[in-house]
Amino acid sequence: MIRILKYVALDILKNKIVIAYTIMLALFSWSAFGLEDNESKGILTVLNIVLLTVPLVSILFSTIYIYNSNEFVELLVSNPVKRSMVWKALFTGLSISMVAAYWIGVGIPLLIYANFATAIMMLLAGSLLSVIFVSVAFLCSTLTRDKAKGIGISIMLWLYFALLFDGLVLFLFFQFADYPIEKVVVLLSALSPVDLSRILILLRLDVSAMMGYTGAVFQQYFGSSWGLLVSFGLLCLWVFVPFYISLRKFKRKDL
Amino acid sequence: MISIKNISKNFGKLKAIDNLNLELNKGECIALIGPNGCGKTTLIKSILGMVLPESGEILFDGKSIKNDNDYRNYIGYMPQIGRYPENMTIGQIVNMIQGIRNTQEALDKTLYEQYAIEKMLDKKMRTLSGGTTQKVSAVLAFMFQSKVLILDEPTAGLDPISSEILKEKIIDAKNKGKLILITSHLLSELEDLVTQVIFMQEGKLILHENVNDLKQKTGEQTIAKSIIQLLKQGKA
Repeated sequence: MIRILKYVALDILKNKIVIAYTIMLALFSWSAFGLEDNESKGILTVLNIVLLTVPLVSILFSTIYIYNSNEFVELLVSNPVKRSMVWKALFTGLSISMVAAYWIGVGIPLLIYANFATAIMMLLAGSLLSVIFVSVAFLCSTLTRDKAKGIGISIMLWLYFALLFDGLVLFLFFQFADYPIEKVVVLLSALSPVDLSRILILLRLDVSAMMGYTGAVFQQYFGSSWGLLVSFGLLCLWVFVPFYISLRKFKRKDL
Repeated sequence: MISIKNISKNFGKLKAIDNLNLELNKGECIALIGPNGCGKTTLIKSILGMVLPESGEILFDGKSIKNDNDYRNYIGYMPQIGRYPENMTIGQIVNMIQGIRNTQEALDKTLYEQYAIEKMLDKKMRTLSGGTTQKVSAVLAFMFQSKVLILDEPTAGLDPISSEILKEKIIDAKNKGKLILITSHLLSELEDLVTQVIFMQEGKLILHENVNDLKQKTGEQTIAKSIIQLLKQGKA
């Protein structure tokens, strides 16, 4: 597996899209920190960029890459290599390169400008987000053989997680504003990795005070070290479950 | 060496392979022929474990290939269209496959030398022409002294000289007592290579015979004519 992984990782890292993605992230983060006079504001700006672009690039690039490496997978599978090994190597390779791009692009300015604990938190959340969306991309690409359909599904999923889900939660909030639905919202937010990461990082910043009662409820649930563990556990589940389903499908797939 | 027992495979409503039985033995050079879409490539892919049949089983040296990977150590496979990661160079691909095979035996580098792959090691796969890609596939298939060679349209896209080199290599492998399975639409090309013919149609085995017997039976000089003769008679 290590040898396959080496070549996959090399292939992806040399891909110009990944390099462009790294540079874009770096440009955004450096300018965000450079323009804002306040560290918190800088982090907020970076956070908003990260929550939109990281999932989008991770899921789109991975989906396309998986479809394009169809023949490569065929080549490996016709050699004495376990199928699951090929799939895991692809997954690890894509995850490593997405995380590496994130660390180089966002990680370096974060560590320089932001408070250390917050920076680590954001690094972790961003890395997990990258891997989660790589994992979702694997699921998308096993759902259909048609590349256009697969990419379509992954764009829809990104739209859902990054934009629609927020809207739905907000809608619920306004509709049931008279009822104590804070706990339901906490539960709902666990259903979207993007929201989960957003809450985790917002709670690290002072701005959580501006979220009012909901913020307090969030603070109560996610602020404690136990809540932190649970939410990171949930994020890990988001990595594991889609990939596991795709692995099972891949093992039975006709190449 | 390879026994195929009652395998069937459907793609949706299409029956790609329909209850097929075959026995392939050492030292045979078999032409797998039939009209487009008759299940040739599906059969090859089933043997390689890339397509999983719905029923029946495939035995390699008496062992079922289900959930087994090691038997592929003994198979050299040349795909119909070889596509490789675009950013990798020929050298990296060759190295990677060598690493995966991890064989102790000496590598067979005749094709590697004859096709002058050495000079192109730094070329990226994306820049290669179809024919050169095909050469790389051939080099990889023949490199490991495999007992079984499976060649899917091996000469498609190769220039006449390269094609001739490959044919000689196939004859050489045949003389070494390997099992060779070739699909091709150009029957004339297979004429001086094969010892057996398998003819498939709509996923069913129509004919599996020794070339000499076939010629004798039909009284024709070439495989192509014999097959056509049989088809006309409706016996096949």
